[in-house]
Parts: sequence; structure tokens; C-alpha cells
Amino acid sequence: MTVQSPSRTRSNMNNSSRNDGSSAEETSKSRWDPPVSALVPKMKTVDLHAYFGPAEVLKGISLPIADKQVTAVIGPSGCGKSTFVRCLNRMHEVVPGARAAGRVLLDEQDIYHSDVDSVRVRRRVGMVFQKPNPFPTMSIRDNVLAGLRLNGERPDDPDSVVEKMLRRVALWDEVKDVLGRAGTGLSSGQQQRLCIARSLALEPEVLLMDEPCSALDPIATARVEELIHELRRSYTIVIVTHNMQQAARVANFTAFFYLGTLIEHDRTDVIFTRPKEQRTEDYITGRFG
Amino acid sequence: MLTRFGREVNWGDFVFRRATALVATFVIGALGAMAVAMVMGSWESIAKFGCSFLISSVWDPVRDIYGALPFIYGTLASSLLALAFAVPVSLGVAIFLSELAPAWLRAPVGFLVELLAAVPSVVYGLWGIFVLAPWLRESVEPRLGRWLGFLPFFQGPQHGFGLLAGGIILAIMITPTISSVSREVLRAVPSALREGALGLGATPWEAVRVAVLPLARSGLVGATILGLGRALGETMAITMVIGNRAEISASLFAPSYTMASVIANEFTEATGRLYLSSLAEVGLLLFVVTVLLNIVARLLVWRVGRLPLEGRL
Amino acid sequence: MMFSAYQRRKCADLLVRMACVAASLIALVPLVSVLYYVTARGIGGLNLDFFTELPKPVGEPGGGMANAIWGTLKLVLLACLIGIPPGVMAGVYLAEFGHSRFGKLVRFSADVMAGVPSITVGIFIYSLVVLQTKRFSALAGGIALAVLMLPTVTRTTEELLRLVPESLREAALGLGLPKWRATLRVMLRTAAPGIATGVMLAVARVAGETAPLLFTAFNNRFWGSGLTEPTASLPVNIYTYAVSPYEEWHRQAWAAALVLLVLVLLLNISARLLVRPRVGGR
Repeated sequence: MTVQSPSRTRSNMNNSSRNDGSSAEETSKSRWDPPVSALVPKMKTVDLHAYFGPAEVLKGISLPIADKQVTAVIGPSGCGKSTFVRCLNRMHEVVPGARAAGRVLLDEQDIYHSDVDSVRVRRRVGMVFQKPNPFPTMSIRDNVLAGLRLNGERPDDPDSVVEKMLRRVALWDEVKDVLGRAGTGLSSGQQQRLCIARSLALEPEVLLMDEPCSALDPIATARVEELIHELRRSYTIVIVTHNMQQAARVANFTAFFYLGTLIEHDRTDVIFTRPKEQRTEDYITGRFG
Repeated sequence: MLTRFGREVNWGDFVFRRATALVATFVIGALGAMAVAMVMGSWESIAKFGCSFLISSVWDPVRDIYGALPFIYGTLASSLLALAFAVPVSLGVAIFLSELAPAWLRAPVGFLVELLAAVPSVVYGLWGIFVLAPWLRESVEPRLGRWLGFLPFFQGPQHGFGLLAGGIILAIMITPTISSVSREVLRAVPSALREGALGLGATPWEAVRVAVLPLARSGLVGATILGLGRALGETMAITMVIGNRAEISASLFAPSYTMASVIANEFTEATGRLYLSSLAEVGLLLFVVTVLLNIVARLLVWRVGRLPLEGRL
Repeated sequence: MMFSAYQRRKCADLLVRMACVAASLIALVPLVSVLYYVTARGIGGLNLDFFTELPKPVGEPGGGMANAIWGTLKLVLLACLIGIPPGVMAGVYLAEFGHSRFGKLVRFSADVMAGVPSITVGIFIYSLVVLQTKRFSALAGGIALAVLMLPTVTRTTEELLRLVPESLREAALGLGLPKWRATLRVMLRTAAPGIATGVMLAVARVAGETAPLLFTAFNNRFWGSGLTEPTASLPVNIYTYAVSPYEEWHRQAWAAALVLLVLVLLLNISARLLVRPRVGGR
């Protein structure tokens, strides 16, 4: 993949001020992102194929996932973007009849190697789903601790874990007085942030988000997007979205999928302003999808 | 490089799957063991009497000769009579509850009908002895005899205890089964069909008749067969009201005897090996027939939709 | 002409509606009658002695059914202990791994078993347990009732586990739980209220069963101590007393029927009303 020289980037981008791109007051338009060739991959897929029964839904995807960055996966529905992220923590194989082939490297280790326990993988690669899915039998507090407790761990100071995680997803102030109530009683935006806190409590290295805002209203969506900005400092994030504006707002890198193949992967600003592929441009400009 | 799936390193999952599978095997095993035990228990009788067991009407423990025809007749007659009473009522209830009743009435009426199934069989029997049979004897049978006495079904002495009482009590007990399965079958018919008919100006009944019933027919037949299976195997209530006399008579007033009743009455008192074995063969017949009926019924109901939980309880 | 055809159709609709209402009313007449007579005739036979005394010999007035009440509780408890754990486990198997041919066979067997007459289950347990141990016993009765419960518990567990949204399983697996923990701690936990309802209905059903007890638990005029002795139970007592020629016993049969009916209906109604399945909703 060729590297775009900085001089050809959009005029409103401030190339000279290099920073870590994490301060909230900065807009995504003005942050500096490394070129795609220079990224440090946290994960990497190599010729990844995925199947539902006889149907091949991913046809050889090779994609690096940048460390401590946000990578967005976009594409029309049915392009395999959800399947792709579900392959990143072996959730794909949970569906009966589904299987995958190829390699997915996490810190250079193949998570699909036959000696690897999928359960271990999922503790390091957390996941947030399309619809908020807090456990209905548990309180807000227990939901945050669910990952630890159900794995048989007893945190020394559960209350501080709960507070820390809820603060991290900016939910603490809203729920600190009702921690004993059912998690399902919250608004859907709050539920989704609770689910993110639940995943973060396990201290994963990578967080996969499968259309996390598609069931949320615009205000809740904005909160979650803000949160993604915050989390980028400490986590590697992969977010699937069908909303191109959202990809442009939150991601440093964007991968465009079409019919089970990776069409283009580049810095987000490049994908949205000067895509190299005609199909990407057609999709970005709304000609299909 | 292709990586293999399904190779679980996780021992917990491995054990979990094997342990639950093992227990699930018990379910098949229990049914199989039941079949084997019944066949073994009745082997002596099968070897001795062969087919004559089914067609002979002599049941004589003193001479050690056994033929089950009167019990087969009594079982079939009482069950068919029960179906004749229960099917129209159950279909009426099912159509009422799934199609015509106002929404607020459906849950409470459905609940009450299902309570009918909750009353223990022996309580129905008690009620049959002291309430139903006297009522039949005093009020119903004399009138039937007076108006319809020219038919062979309504002749002879009027005891109250007999086929008629047995049929009625079975009908009461299978109504909840048939109606709740039927209701579920009717519900499984897509409402778009109903609405389509209503949209063409059909009355609610016409919508049911034209759009719903044809699709639901096999399921409704399945519900009826399920009810029949239950009626054939019902023991206590019918034992208490049918009169328990091994005779074949055309009259509904006459006492009769069912397969389940003869087992209930004589099993603990049977002394000879052949006697016991013959009773076990009666049980085997009942077992085989109800298993076959259940299989047929379930296939029919599955064609339309899933069986409701209540139908199984 | 159009008008009269329309009227005729309206009329048919009305007639069918009335027939359906009538059918529903007819179906409920026996329920009302049974409840009325059992209450009216049973209440007179109830007193403290009924709950605390052993039966008196024929001809002597008084006495009670304390042993039968205790016996029924003992049998039901035994049935629960023997029947519920394997039923739930088999149900979990069907819900989790039941797509296979073997799973279909298990499901099918459970459905067929649910339709087997309870009296044949009695014969089965008689030859399996009573003949082997050479005695009627509470244990044999408990096993017979457990066999009757097993298919219901299995299929109820399966159905209710299937009602739990798949998203919860994904959430649990996504948190790095092994499948068995996800199933037991999240799926089964979420389905628990519904399963409890189903199990209570099954218990209510077997609590009133008589036929399978006739030649397994048999009967006992005294306190049957332990699991290996014949045991009295309310349903069997109702039967024996009802078909006896004694007036006093009939009175006691009605009283026992009232106690049994209250027990069964309480179980049944509380199962349906108090523990509504909470799964599926959010």
C-alpha cells in the first residue's frame, strides 16, 4: 500500500502539531495519525476465511489492527464485517455450523492454533455487541463484576473495581446511587456503557465493538463515541459500523469490506477524502450500500 | 495453514458435554427399559395364549384362562365416547380462546380450563361416584331410556355406573389437553391469513373457517389423538365409575371394564404367575397403543407448529 | 338480496360465537362442580385429628390421615430428589447440544414417555424395584413418580433455556467464560424462574397420581418409617376409602380430597402466578 505524503492531506488537517490524538477537545479532523505502513500491529489477520456451513462469508482477509488505535470496519450489510470482528476473538465459531480458516495473530501468536483455548483468547480480546445485553438476573454492580465473578475470581476490593470501571465509561455519576438495581432497568445507552464496563473489568487488551450504537438514540450514540475517544488511550479498539460518519468521527484507521473481501484499508482521512479504489469511493459517496 | 476447530482444550466443557449427554441417555434408557420390562413380564402369557388373548372374552383366574377382549372393548368404547363429548367442546374452547374471545377474557378462561387438568384423577373419581353417577341414574338415564330407548345404546338397567359415566369423566379429563394443544395449533397459523380474510369483508367466523381451519386441520387431528392417548391410559377416575364388569354390551348404561382398570384392581391381588403375566400383557398392549398414538399425534402437530408446554404436562 | 345474504352471514357468525361461549361454559361446569362438592363435603370431615391421628379400624369413628399426608409429602420429596436433577441435566443437554440425531432421539423419547399411561409406569417400577427388593416401599413409589416427572422436567428445561436470548450467551462467552459456565451461571440462572414454574406444575401433577402408587408404595395403616416400607398416601387413601362401603370412610375420603386438592391447586396456581417466566423480556 502506498503511503500518502502529508502534503496531500486535507487542508484543515494540522500536520505539524504531532500529539497522541487523545485529548478530548481535539476533533478527529485535526489529529495526527501515523501512515498505515508505519502502524504497530496489535493483531493481524492473515488470509482469513470464514464460513457459515457451505457459504464463504470472508474470502481471505489480511488486515493489521493498529495498537492503541481505533480501527473502523465499514461496508454495506452482508459484507462480512461483523463476521470479521467475531473471528478476532473466536466468537464466530459459537454459531452452529460456522467455522474459520487462516491465521489471526494476537501479539504474533495465532489464536486459531489448535493448542489455544478460545476461552483465554476472549479474556484478552473483549467484545461489545450490537444490542446492549446486560445480564437480567444481576444488579448494575454485579454486571460490572460478572466477568470476574463468573470466571471464579474474587477481586480484593470489588467496590473499587465497580467504581473504577463505571467511571471509565462515564456512568458512575448516573448510577452510583442505584448500583443494586437491575442492569436492565437502565436506558439503552446506559446499558451499552454498562456492557462496555463489564468487558473492561477483565482488563482486555483489545476491545471489539460490533455496531455498538445501532440500537441507540443520537444522544446516547454521542456519549459512546466520546467514550471510544477516551478508551483509545489504553486499548486497541476495532469498531464495526454501518454509519460512515461514525467511522470518520471515531476511527484513526478504516477498512472497507465488500462481499467478503477487504477492498481498502488506510487512514480514515485518506479513505474518506482520497480513496484509491473506485468501489470505496462509490460507497463513501452513497452510490450503493 | 488451516487450523482445526472444535478441538477443545477446555476440560470443563468436555466433562460438561459428556455428563449431560450421559444423563440424556437415561431418558432413552428409561423408555427402552420400560418396553423391555413390559415384554418380559408378559412373555408367559404371550407364549400361552398368542392371538387368542386379543379375541377371547373369557377372563377366568380360577381356571387360569385369560382373554382381554372385554377390556379392549371397554377401553375403546369409553375413550371414543369421551372423544365424542370432548372434541366439539374442546374445539369450541380453542376457537373461542384463540380467535373470538375479547383479549381480557382469554387469559383467565384459559387458566380455568387448564385447572381442569390440575385436578387429580382420583378426585374426579370420588366426584364421579358420589355426584356424577347418582345424577346420571336419577335424571339423565331415565330420560334417555324413555326418549331413545328404542336404540340398543339406551336400554337395560340404569345404575349410573357404566360406560356413559366413564365416557363423561374421561371427556372432562381430556378436554384441557385437546383444547390447549388446539389453541396452540390455531395460534401457529399466521395472522396475516386471518387479516387477509377479514380485509376481504369476511366475518370473524368466516375468516376462521376459510383461512385458519384448513391449515390447522392436521394439527387439530393431532390434538384429538393426543387426547385419545390420554383417555386410553386414564386409570383411577374411570375405574371408580365404570362399574368394573368384564362384559360386552351395546348399552351405554351397562357396566364395563377397561384395560387400565383391570390392572389397577387385580394386579396386587393376582396370585398365579400366568395371571400376573396376563395383566402385564394388558399393560403392554396399553403401552404399545399409547406410544403409537403419541408418535402419530406429535407428527401431526409438528406439521403445524410446536407443541405447547401445557400439552405435555 | 344482498342484504339478506349479509344478514345470514352475520347470523352464522353470531351462532358460532354463541356455540363457542357455550362450549367454554360447559367445559367449566365440571370444574365448578368438583370444587364445590369437594369443599362442601370435605370441610365437615376436617378437624385436628385428621391431620394428627392415624386411621382408626373400620367401625370406630374418628381417626385421621396423618400418615397419608406425611406419606404424600415424603413420596413427592423423593420424586423431586430423584427426578429433577437428571431432568434438568437432560434438558440442558437438549438445549445446548440437541441438534444432533442423538438429541432428536432423546427429545422424541421424552415426548413419548410423557404420553405413557401412569399405570404402566407402575407396572414397570413394580418389576424393576418391587420384584427385586421383594417389598413395596416408599422408594419404589418415589421412583415411579420421578419417572413420570422426568420427561416434563426435561422438556420444560429445554424449552425455557431456548427462550433465553442468545445475546446473553454471547455476552458471557465474550467475557471469556467457558461454555459450561456460561450455560450454568448465565443461561440456566436466567431461565430458572420459568423452569421452576414448569417443575412445580410437574410436581403438582404427580402429587395427585394414584395409579402408579397402587403397586409400588402400596398402602400402610401406620406410620411407614424409612424408605423401605410400604407407605400410605392421600391419593391411594382417597381411592380405598371412596370405594369402601362405609359412610365414615366416605366422609374421610372427601376430607382427604379437599386437602389434596388444596395442595395441588396451591402448587399449580402459585407456579403460574408467582413465578412468571421473566426470560426474554428486557
